[in-house]
Amino acid sequence: MKKYKFQLLSLFSTLMLLTSCGNNNGQNKSNGALNSNAAEKVYVAPGEHDEFYAFMSGGYSGNLTVYGLPSGRMFKEIPVFSQFPTSGYGYSEETKPMLETSHGFIPWDDSHHPDISQTNGELDGRWIFINGNNTPRIARISLTSFETEEIIEVPNSAGNHSSSFVTDNTEYVVAGTRFSVPIPQRDMPISEYKGNFKGALSFISVDPEHGHMDIKFQILMPGFNYDLSHPGRGKSHGWFFFTTYNTEEANSLLEVNASQNDKDFIAAINWKKIEDYVNNGGGTKMPAKYAHNLYDEATHTATSTIKKEVLTVNPLDIPGAIYFLPTPKSPHGCDVDPSGQYIIGNGKLSADLTVHSFDKMIAAIESKKFDGEAYGIPILKFEDVLAGTVKSGGLGPLHTEFDGKGNAYTTFFISSEVVKWKLDTWEVIDRKPTYYSVGHIMIPGGNSRKPFGKYAIAMNKITKDRYLPVGPEMEHSAQIYDISGEKMELIYDFPTHGEPHYAAGCPAELLAPKAKKIYRLDENKHPYAVKSPDEAKVVRDGKEVHIYMSTIRSHFTPDNIEGVKVGDKVYFHITNHEQDFDVPHGFAMIGQNSSELLVMPGQTKTSVWEPKQEGVWPFYCTDFCSALHQEMQGYVRVSPANSNVELSWSLGD
Amino acid sequence: MKKASILMILGALLLTGLFKFPLWNIMLGAPQYPEPLGMNIYIDGIQGMNEFDIQNIDGLNHYIGMKTIPKAEDMWEFTVFPIVIGSMAALGVLIGFLGFFGKVSYHWFLGWLVLMTILGVLGMYDFNAWMIDYGTNLNPNAIMKLQNPDGTPMSYKPPLLGHQKLLNFDAYSYPRLGGYLMGLGMLFTLIAFLIGKKSKTKES
Repeated sequence: MKKYKFQLLSLFSTLMLLTSCGNNNGQNKSNGALNSNAAEKVYVAPGEHDEFYAFMSGGYSGNLTVYGLPSGRMFKEIPVFSQFPTSGYGYSEETKPMLETSHGFIPWDDSHHPDISQTNGELDGRWIFINGNNTPRIARISLTSFETEEIIEVPNSAGNHSSSFVTDNTEYVVAGTRFSVPIPQRDMPISEYKGNFKGALSFISVDPEHGHMDIKFQILMPGFNYDLSHPGRGKSHGWFFFTTYNTEEANSLLEVNASQNDKDFIAAINWKKIEDYVNNGGGTKMPAKYAHNLYDEATHTATSTIKKEVLTVNPLDIPGAIYFLPTPKSPHGCDVDPSGQYIIGNGKLSADLTVHSFDKMIAAIESKKFDGEAYGIPILKFEDVLAGTVKSGGLGPLHTEFDGKGNAYTTFFISSEVVKWKLDTWEVIDRKPTYYSVGHIMIPGGNSRKPFGKYAIAMNKITKDRYLPVGPEMEHSAQIYDISGEKMELIYDFPTHGEPHYAAGCPAELLAPKAKKIYRLDENKHPYAVKSPDEAKVVRDGKEVHIYMSTIRSHFTPDNIEGVKVGDKVYFHITNHEQDFDVPHGFAMIGQNSSELLVMPGQTKTSVWEPKQEGVWPFYCTDFCSALHQEMQGYVRVSPANSNVELSWSLGD
Repeated sequence: MKKASILMILGALLLTGLFKFPLWNIMLGAPQYPEPLGMNIYIDGIQGMNEFDIQNIDGLNHYIGMKTIPKAEDMWEFTVFPIVIGSMAALGVLIGFLGFFGKVSYHWFLGWLVLMTILGVLGMYDFNAWMIDYGTNLNPNAIMKLQNPDGTPMSYKPPLLGHQKLLNFDAYSYPRLGGYLMGLGMLFTLIAFLIGKKSKTKES
């Protein structure tokens, strides 16, 4: 019996051997004689640098993480919409204004779709934009300091999802609404949604020099859900495309009620035409309330201002600017190929992808071949604009990126795979599983006119057994595919932080040479900065005490402070006097109802402490700055409210 | 003799490179300083290789109680050296011209070289004395007071020439472009002397 089993086994393994030989032969045809080694492809030796930057959205972390490709190593988490105790972002007096909104201070958001600024449709590496989905906002992050510099709230919007995508020359960063809402907001029955709610698509201009954002106009569209969007590229530059779902205008149980129409729309918007219209005085100014928060690198301080007005545009006032392209099955991702010719609607309830042709769309518009209208907006005939259909065999297509070599890569959430297909012929070339249920995919530059088609990163929604178990809650997984050959090759798998929706990537040499190392102390214009330790002082202003403090390895100046009283509000304004790369100093005060601060060389940050008990209370440096980091500490003496202890400060006496 | 005189003039002029280029350079590399800190020593002062290098070297040196790197006005050398170099260059050019027109003999070339060498040796001696003071005359309240195995206080004198390990730092001390140009200039004047001597022998 034993012997028989053994024979069976050996027979089986012979069979396996034969089959695998066959497979290898097949692979050799496409990959060349040498079978590549996945480990070698992702291995970046100690001290070596990655080839690409990848900026992954944090989803419900509200932030943006920076990774290297192909190593999958995380370099930094950039705080954007969420308080970040690691650096004190959103806790320090300087950065609290960044999180102000028309609803007051909000410590969090849901960050979704990062997009790098472009010139002529190519990545230029000046800034990266990302949208806050929950309380609609767009943030701009500097790609020299890798810090958030600006956040603008988007009024009349709700669920800022079809955002934040930039036009070919970063003329606009565009923010579309997922929820349609009453505009202006008012008390009305939810059941009267249909025909009454509106969907605002906001075009936010970007100042080419400073990047400062301003809402140029908002198009008040019919009350559909605007899911994702993409600017036209090259020949279609000047247009913007938005996928819609819930053209049924259901207000409840959308999973059923918004899935009834066989086709929803891709809204094609000629923004150049609308721009001309508003530049010539078109549009209606309407009262609104939204925050505009701007961080100034010179003062190291953010300010928040509330804006009171927004320019709105009624589509019916600009005939010929907006058309609907019927697109099957509640399309999710809306992607445009690098040539600008193809507009891809990823019908998430379908097996197929719908590809529209820009040229055919223009021809159909010119010959006025319409298939009715929706709220006055002409609907083009599906057949007239259709370029082709990708019969993928997968299920649940979500997003598509491009490699610049005529291929597209689409993620399929339900069938959990990436499908590579060919533009023009629509044939499927390859498919590879993802682990599991992939959302977005990112190829560096893969949504621009110039993709760098070497790696594709699949960002998955379900992790389950990919890593060592850590309880019910875990990080998401991402997979790296080598897409340089005919067939995709899964080469690495790594956990990401939060829930990366989209990501943006670019070649390392675009950013690495200009990354900031320190802030110059001589350029620090913070009103409470101390430029030299002998300027350190403590000033009382009623119940407020301002401590002008400097740090250098390895002491605070001053480090003994007396004369603070219970009930005071103590501001520690800390200036880091180091001018050496990667020598931050931290600050934390016992019992403080705030986070620590991490102060970069040349920077000033402020932390507030409201002592509630008399005593002698210590503070220390939270960053292991030097061999004498443990010695970097000090005391504040807190006296009773009615005490007459004189204000005094010292170091080394 | 004409050829020798031109060489003499050129050699003397090469000294003026010291007004533009550093004479000497000290680099300090450590594991946590993959991009080393460095200082260029000019005849009229010390400058960091990168803008904040001097400040950062001083910051590190305060742990072991070293004095801060001197500013130009802190040392008489930085006033005197430019005068000496300028005078020597002018003198060399003058001798070269006089040689060219046959007013002085090639012996003057050697004389200039000997004087320059003496001054150079004195300069090096002075430089080394400063480094000894800088590396050993430490603040008695220094944060780190390190001793050699024999119990004597550790010295942090950078090498006059070459490499030396100072705690976690690797110190490298070498001439820089200005120094090399000066060396080349002195070599030229030596050759000028030799050519002058040869041509004189031929004549006689």
